[in-house]
Amino acid sequence: MTEKELKPKAKEEAPAKGERVRPGRVFLPAVDIFETPEALVLVADMPGVPADKLTLDLKDNYLTIAGEISPPMSAKESMVLQEFYTGDFQREFQLGSVIDQSRIEAAMNDGVLKLRLPKVERAKPRKIEVKVG
Amino acid sequence: MPFITFREPSWDPFREMERLQRQMNRLYAESFAPGLGLWRPGVYPLVNISEDHDYYYVRAELPGVKPEDLEITVREGNLILRGERKIPTEEKQVNYHRRERESGFFRRVLGLPGPVNPEKVEAAFKDGILTIKLAKPEEIKPRRIEVKTT
Repeated sequence: MTEKELKPKAKEEAPAKGERVRPGRVFLPAVDIFETPEALVLVADMPGVPADKLTLDLKDNYLTIAGEISPPMSAKESMVLQEFYTGDFQREFQLGSVIDQSRIEAAMNDGVLKLRLPKVERAKPRKIEVKVG
Repeated sequence: MPFITFREPSWDPFREMERLQRQMNRLYAESFAPGLGLWRPGVYPLVNISEDHDYYYVRAELPGVKPEDLEITVREGNLILRGERKIPTEEKQVNYHRRERESGFFRRVLGLPGPVNPEKVEAAFKDGILTIKLAKPEEIKPRRIEVKTT
């Protein structure tokens, strides 16, 4: 199925929002978002972000995911060739469905965040029987 | 008059490709100047190469790639990275809103900036970042020369 060759993609910088205290660049993580009848699932590529440096914030219908990286190079190293920039990640989403905040699950593996946002009961599609009289 | 084609006796298209890529890499490396921005070679994965007194460091962002799906080879001054990035297919009844992440194969032949000791290469994979540490051979390390005073 995946007989495809990967092409490099330039990382997209996040639009500046407010003033950042931490120096360095901020990038938009590439995401997959899909919906099942029960939940909204978000998968984001955030290479270099350890699980303890990840921040998730859900306010009203706005979800913010953010992750901090530690500098990959030690102080005594000097760059010979640079093809990509490194930096923190941040991205904001506006959610369409009502999320059950108490049952949100997040997992961070090999630089990939998987976030499961269960919909609240009443937001689930319900089949309405139409009676024929 | 017969049509004559000339071909080198041991012409191997793959070898030729590698040679070409090596030349391109060198060309790019020479034209690269810090501060002028990045150059993009168009081959996945993108890498950053740095050095200190004892080692070269090659780093690549490979989120979601499993160590068992990655093969690293050092050969004739080249570092070869090949592997596959797999994205598991989701259960049915799934409705995609966004699909920005990509899966597929990759293979990159990278000309190293200098000689390395192929016996002393270490690779580590952490939080989706691959770091390959390649030891410089003793004879090329910069040496500090003491100036004697008489």
